[in-house]
Amino acid sequence: MNKNYFEIIRAGINSTFQDLGRNNLYHIGVPFSGAMDNRNYLLANKLTGNNHNHPVIEFAYQGPHLKYHGDKINIAITGNVSFKIKKGDNLINGECYQSFILENDDELDIISTNKSVYGYLAISGTFDLKFQWSSCSTNTKAKIGSNNGEKLSVNQKINVKEINNNFVNRKLNYVNTKIENIRVIKGTNFNYFSEEGKKIFFKNEFKVSKLSDRMGMRLEGKKIENIIDTNIRSEGLIKGAIQVPADGNPIIMLSDHGTIGGYPKIGVVVSADYDKLVQLTPGSSLKFQEVDLNSAETLFKLYDLETQNLISQI
Amino acid sequence: MIKNISNLGDAALYCDFGKEVNKDINTQVIKYFKTIQKKDIAGVNNITPSYNKLIISFDLKKINFNKLKKVIDNLEIIKGESIQHKKFEIPVCCEKEFSLDIKRLEEKLKMKEEKIYESFFEKEFFCYMTGFIAGMPFLGDLDENLRAKRLDTPRIKVPKGSIGLTEQFANIYTFESPGGWNIIGNTPLNIFDSTKEKEPNLINPGDLVTFKRISKEKYQNYHE
Repeated sequence: MNKNYFEIIRAGINSTFQDLGRNNLYHIGVPFSGAMDNRNYLLANKLTGNNHNHPVIEFAYQGPHLKYHGDKINIAITGNVSFKIKKGDNLINGECYQSFILENDDELDIISTNKSVYGYLAISGTFDLKFQWSSCSTNTKAKIGSNNGEKLSVNQKINVKEINNNFVNRKLNYVNTKIENIRVIKGTNFNYFSEEGKKIFFKNEFKVSKLSDRMGMRLEGKKIENIIDTNIRSEGLIKGAIQVPADGNPIIMLSDHGTIGGYPKIGVVVSADYDKLVQLTPGSSLKFQEVDLNSAETLFKLYDLETQNLISQI
Repeated sequence: MIKNISNLGDAALYCDFGKEVNKDINTQVIKYFKTIQKKDIAGVNNITPSYNKLIISFDLKKINFNKLKKVIDNLEIIKGESIQHKKFEIPVCCEKEFSLDIKRLEEKLKMKEEKIYESFFEKEFFCYMTGFIAGMPFLGDLDENLRAKRLDTPRIKVPKGSIGLTEQFANIYTFESPGGWNIIGNTPLNIFDSTKEKEPNLINPGDLVTFKRISKEKYQNYHE
């Protein structure tokens, strides 16, 4: 019997174990997966004194309500999240980007992500998980990863193998900013679309549809007209690729995306904007803005530098 | 041979082997795939072969488009390595509850249901690639008269085991997933086993596949 564990009082909407994801499996149809918002994932681990590829719990919209049993442990939550910690009769309002100590019988109630989708819970210890292809990342559609490829469920126990005895209180001053302009590089089928369609793509607003998940973000807007063919020969896809099926509404491929697709690709979201894109909630508006490859590479360098800088401040 | 290399976004190389799709071109793609896989280039995350394309995605922190393009431009392709051809017969039930798009196909193809099935079940298919979802085989080639486009709006949920048709290809949904292919039946056979890390896919590129029609009773009592 494991002496340190979390008991799940409420599982939340889509709570899964995630890390940096898995490589070199696209050719058999297994996607990258991993934490959707890479920056917030890395920050959560640093706040609890972990290395950068350490499993965390990712939650969407509403997080889990957990009761902790065992020796004291540090935890941290990142994102834009409301949560409470209950210590006996004492109810503490949680703050993101700050570590908190949990002791035996304390409760952590992750109430909601605010104006964003994903948040992360890291612990100063190691969840007892089974890895698949060297990663814990859970893909619930393919039933791949830890927890038998399933999201967390109520009454389940999450065992903690080891606790790193690092109870330093860590804190970071950081506020997530929201972006509405998503920068894209033109896709390999950009010329499949009418002049009017191309204009709509770069000038009009699109709304994030409710039918968005870890696989893809569906958008709604003015129809983007295809003048060549609404199908292409199925070929490899990547994270951030924007496909437009015959109905003219773009779909952006996200971390659990299908590895192959047959709809024309009008664009690809630049790597620098991915973390912020995935945080857009259903109903939010976004606009696409064209950049070239050189600028996209520079934007990523800057974004990565900023992330490294935040990590070094912890 | 690769006809053109361009960028797909800022973190992938798009290698185009030309417009045509046939077994020879596909074999070329697979050869490149295997060579690059063996070379183990630092920063390369994934290599995805398809009928006539190869997409190489990479970690922008470690390498970029221009650097990787140079490596691929100067690649020497390993010769030999004959691809193994395993043979499979996949049972398919075409009852109404499983053949979600057969009526749509009758209209699209202007063919009667029975003719569609007759032509489909007569064929021996070649597996060009696997993917989209884990283990899904892309099988060709369908007869000219069976070629239809994808659904205008892809389904949110296609049931596990569904057999789909689009253009010159057939596929099998290895688990429930979104998808836009025209569904004509369902197999009780498990095509992808995620508990096997080494060979989770039943069908692999180069394998030969035929389908066999089974009754609903047989489907329900099917034990692998």
